[in-house]
Amino acid sequence: MKVLMAAVILTATLATPCLAADEGACFVAGNLVQADFALPHVAAAIAAKRLNVTVMGSASSSLPGANGAANAYPARLEASLMRRLPGVAVKVIAHTKSRETAAEMVKALHQVLADEKPDLVVWQTGTVDAMLGVDPDQFQAALAEGLDALRDNKSDAVFMNMQYSPRTDSMIAMGAYVEAMRFIALQREILLFDRFAVMNDWNEMGVFDLSATTKKIDVAERVHDCIGRLLSRLIVDGAKLAQASNMGAGPTMDTPHKDTR
Amino acid sequence: MPPVTPSGRDLRLDLFRGLALWLIFLDHIPSNMVSWITIRNYGFSDATEIFVFISGYTAAFVYGREMDNRGVVVASARILKRVWQIYVAHIFLFVVYMAEIAYVASSFDNPLYSEEMGILNFLKQPDVTMIQAMLLKFKPANMDVLPLYIVLLGGFPPMLWLLKRSLTLGLAASAALYVAALRFDWAFPAYPSGTWFFNPLAWQLLFVFGAWCALGGAERIAPFARSRPVFWLSVAYLTFAFVITMTWYVPHMANYVPHWLTDWMYPIDKSNLDVLRFAHFVALATITLRYVPRNWPALASPVMRPAIICGQHSLEIFCLGVFLAFAGHFAMVELSDGIGMQILVSALGIISMVAVAWLITWYKNVETKRHGPRQTPPNADLAGGEA
Repeated sequence: MKVLMAAVILTATLATPCLAADEGACFVAGNLVQADFALPHVAAAIAAKRLNVTVMGSASSSLPGANGAANAYPARLEASLMRRLPGVAVKVIAHTKSRETAAEMVKALHQVLADEKPDLVVWQTGTVDAMLGVDPDQFQAALAEGLDALRDNKSDAVFMNMQYSPRTDSMIAMGAYVEAMRFIALQREILLFDRFAVMNDWNEMGVFDLSATTKKIDVAERVHDCIGRLLSRLIVDGAKLAQASNMGAGPTMDTPHKDTR
Repeated sequence: MPPVTPSGRDLRLDLFRGLALWLIFLDHIPSNMVSWITIRNYGFSDATEIFVFISGYTAAFVYGREMDNRGVVVASARILKRVWQIYVAHIFLFVVYMAEIAYVASSFDNPLYSEEMGILNFLKQPDVTMIQAMLLKFKPANMDVLPLYIVLLGGFPPMLWLLKRSLTLGLAASAALYVAALRFDWAFPAYPSGTWFFNPLAWQLLFVFGAWCALGGAERIAPFARSRPVFWLSVAYLTFAFVITMTWYVPHMANYVPHWLTDWMYPIDKSNLDVLRFAHFVALATITLRYVPRNWPALASPVMRPAIICGQHSLEIFCLGVFLAFAGHFAMVELSDGIGMQILVSALGIISMVAVAWLITWYKNVETKRHGPRQTPPNADLAGGEA
C-alpha cells in the first residue's frame, strides 16, 4: 500500500511540471477543469495508438479569418493532444455551423457518427439556444438524444458550454441553459468542459480582458489556444481515469475494449 | 418622511416586498458577488415568490374592498387600468434593453464574440421585434416578471369575484388550473421560439394563494400554521433545501445526494413553479411570520423605512431596479469589475431605489395635502395600495 502511495506521489510530482508546461499562461482555478468521469473509448483508442475526435459546435468553436481554422480551439486541441500523447495518431475534425441549436446539431450528428466513427465527440452548444430562447426542456431533450446516439455508436462525449461574454452578459439569459448542461452532464456522467466558468475565471483573475473593445484577433487566438490545451488535459485525464478503473477490474488491463476496435 | 399607513394595512407586506425588490435588483446584475447574500442561494425559492405572493395579497386587499364598495364592474375596470400601467412600464424597459443592445452593436466588435453578437439580429428586423415585444412574446433577458404580472392581474377580476363568493372554490379552481397546466404542458408561446420563462398558468397559484390569504384564508389556517409540528416541519424542510442547495455550489458534494432523491427531485422547475419551490416559500413564510408579528415594533423604526417605502411603490421601484441592473452592469464592464466596484454598484443601486421611493412618497403626500384626500379614489394608491 505504502509503495503504491509513493508511486502515485512520485508520478504526480513528475507529471505536474510537464502538464503545467503545456498550459503555459492558461492558468485556471484548481477544480474548474477536472475529470470526474472516465472516457473508456478514448482510453481504448489511445491504447490502440489511434485517436479520432470530432468537435460539433456553433460559431464560437471557430475563429474568423484566413488562419481561423488553424487557430481555433479544435486545431489547438489536436496539437496539444499530439504533444501529450506521443506515438498516438491524433485526428480532430471540427464540424462548426453558426446559428445551429442543439436539436439541429443532433440531426447532423447521426451522419457524422456514421461517417467518422469518432472515439470522442466534443459537443459545444447552448449559446444559440439561449439567444433564441428555445424551451429549456427541449434543449435538455436534445442533449439527451445526442448522448443516446453517441452511446449507441460507442463514442465518448465531452460537453462544452457557452463562452462567458461580459458585454452581452445582461442581454442573453444563459442561466437556464448553463444549468441544463451541468445537470445532464452529472445525470448521465458525462465530462463537461465548463467554458463559461473557465472564461469567467480568466476574466476575474485578469488572465484575459474579455470586455476589451478590439477588432484584433490576437486575444481571441490565445483564448482558443488555452481552451484547446485545457480541453486536451481534461480528455487525457478522463482516459487515465478509465485506465485506472480498468486496472482495478483485473486481467484485461493491457488492451481494454480491444474487441471494439 | 413617514410612510402613509391606512388603517388595516399590514406593513409587513411592504417591508418584504421592498426587500424582494432589492434582492431582484442584486440578482439581475450579472457576475455580482453581492448577490451571494440573496435567498436564492440558500434554498429553492427566491425573491420572485415573495413578490408574486405579496402582489396577489395586496391586489385582493385593495380591489376586494373596491369590489365591496363600488361593485364588480368598477373594481374590474380599476384592475385593468393597473394592467395597462404595467404594460406601459414593460414597454419602457424593452426600449432600455434595445438601447443597450444597439449601443453594444455599434461599439463592441471583438472577433471572439461574433456568435454572441447574433443577439443583434433582433435589431435587423425592428418591425418583427417591436411587434413581438408589444404582443409580450419577445422576452428580453431579465424582463420576465412584468409580463407575468400583466397576465396574472389581467385574469384577476373573475378570480377575485369567485374568491369573494367562496374562498375554497377560488383556491380549488386555481389549484386545478395549476395541475392541468403541468399535466398538459400548457404554456404561453414566445418569440422567436420557446415559451415564457414564468408560466402564468402555473404561477397564478401563488398569486391566488396570496389573494386567498388576504381575503380571510390566513385566519382560517392561522391555528394550523402556528402549531408546533408545522413549525418544526418547516424548519426541517428549509434545512433540507439548504443542504441540497449547497451541493450545487460545493464541488463534488452532489455525489453524496442519493440517486433516488435526485431522480425524484430534479429538475426543480422555476418556469412552472415547482411544487418544491412553492413549499419552500410557504415554509419560509410560516417561520418568518412567527418571528415578525403584525404589530412588530421594529416596523415603525426608521431602519425599516427604506425597504417599506420601496415596497409601497413596487412597480416604479421594480422598473428602476431592472434599469439600474443594466446601468450597473454597464459601469462594471466599462470601468472595473472588481469586487469593490460590485459592492459600490449594488449599494448605489439600492440607495437610488430608496431615494426615488422617498421622492414618490413625498410627492404623493404633497398632492394629498393640496387637493385633499378625496381627489384619489379610496385607498387607490395609498401606501401599499398598489397591487
